[in-house]
Amino acid sequence: MTTKPLTASLYDWVDERLGLSELAAFARHKTVPVHAQSFWYYWGGISLFLFLVQCFTGVLLLVYYRPGAEAYESVRQITFVMHFGWLIRSAHAWTANLFIFAILVHMFSVFFMKAYRSPREFGWLSGMALLGIASVFGFSGYLLPMDELSYFATKVGLQIPAAIPFIGPAIASMLRGGPDVSEFTVQRFFALHVVVLPAIFLPLLAFHLWLVQRHGNASPPSEETKAANERKSIPFLPNFMRKDLAMWLISLNVLALLASVFPWALGRQADSLVPAPAGIHPEWYFMSPFEMLKLLGAILPGESGEIAGLLLFTIGIALWILIPFYDTGKPSGQRGRAAHYFGLLAVFALLATTVIGYWTIR
Amino acid sequence: MSDQIILGGPIPLPEESRLKPVAEEPGEVATRRFFLGAAGAAGLLYTAALAYPIYRYLASPEEMASEAAAVTEVTLKDAQKLPPASVLMFKFGTAPAMLIHHEDGRWVALSAVCTHLGCTVKYEPQADRIHCACHGGVYNPYTGANVSGPPPKPLKLFKAAVNDTGVEVSRT
Repeated sequence: MTTKPLTASLYDWVDERLGLSELAAFARHKTVPVHAQSFWYYWGGISLFLFLVQCFTGVLLLVYYRPGAEAYESVRQITFVMHFGWLIRSAHAWTANLFIFAILVHMFSVFFMKAYRSPREFGWLSGMALLGIASVFGFSGYLLPMDELSYFATKVGLQIPAAIPFIGPAIASMLRGGPDVSEFTVQRFFALHVVVLPAIFLPLLAFHLWLVQRHGNASPPSEETKAANERKSIPFLPNFMRKDLAMWLISLNVLALLASVFPWALGRQADSLVPAPAGIHPEWYFMSPFEMLKLLGAILPGESGEIAGLLLFTIGIALWILIPFYDTGKPSGQRGRAAHYFGLLAVFALLATTVIGYWTIR
Repeated sequence: MSDQIILGGPIPLPEESRLKPVAEEPGEVATRRFFLGAAGAAGLLYTAALAYPIYRYLASPEEMASEAAAVTEVTLKDAQKLPPASVLMFKFGTAPAMLIHHEDGRWVALSAVCTHLGCTVKYEPQADRIHCACHGGVYNPYTGANVSGPPPKPLKLFKAAVNDTGVEVSRT
């Protein structure tokens, strides 16, 4: 009779009940395509890493943050009284920006590699939902310090839902918790930011990640036309995972440098009687819709300008979300090319309006 | 370390060829061990670099409290007006304390933290004792001695100096 070592019997006991060996076999067989565009495969993982950093630094901030009337004071204490509080807050604020940047890079690389095509449509749709939720994370989080910038950014930002015909003002009022941005707004945004959004985001993220495991990484169309023996791939374990972790380490280093060398500032406490500071503008990721609304407001007079801007943006986003049902990968390639130009147009429009937005800050 | 390039796209190769072990050269083993050692050391450094600020951050209230607790003297303004057979509860640093003006004119200042499990105790002038409601501990209101019940140690006494403007309580 042979006796198994304790670790082996323990593993077998758990495996019989949970099927760990199936997972291990899957992981061992998982491969990642190698080609000129393989670099873009890292950006989903980088986004995931940055999201985990947000969860971690967010919980630390949660230890001392007080929503409601004392919000500004609690952030002041975190920044100036608690040891290294400035660093944790700075990391959280910087990572918010890096996270949105990473998911935008991830989204555009998926778009241009046409990884939204069958069977990956759900991946694309869940990804767009995640992007939407991430934007709300950013918007709600921005208010929490209740400094001048937070206050006015939220006031202006809430004009967008308010502009929706008929139901807009009611929605804005519910979000604001009244007619003005106040302690009620902070409390609501806090509940959103810390409980509601994570509760929606996490299962959606799990779904998104499971889909990637199920379908594997998509190869760009140029790869798919190659003969089978010309296409290369590497095992996920340990080869690609090593490179993945190296990218995570680089991201960690970048965020650590930014957070410590350019610490996030805390402005003056929000006060509705103090005029908005000169040159106030939204964060870069909201600059584009902000500028588009401004430009259209300049061209079309009054209300119609706002509504036209909203409409344009909504239609644009709808088309973007529905791209997998337009560009299904027909051999003629017409729709594929059209989608590609649409993507280029979107990138150009977003970059241009962002740059113009910064240029025209008064 | 070069990547093991698999030709044939994402289709996994047959079991045998993939799982056949390849013997490592002694030179490779040494390089591998060095890499793993270096990676481990770097990992530890990173963990320490992250853990230190996080620890200090979470321990901030503790550090702030010990600074506050370093108080050696507290002045209680107008406390000389405290009527006999009554008590004034106050904070000595961060911890609760009590100033008792006894019937016979004696002033006693002592810690109000029960030495059993930390509840704040109560002066009962009618029973001429200090009593802890949590588990029934009883202390002597003149000396702080633990008289009955679970408290293992007496309540710490302070020096109480009464003057015209107030009472100065200080460590003995």
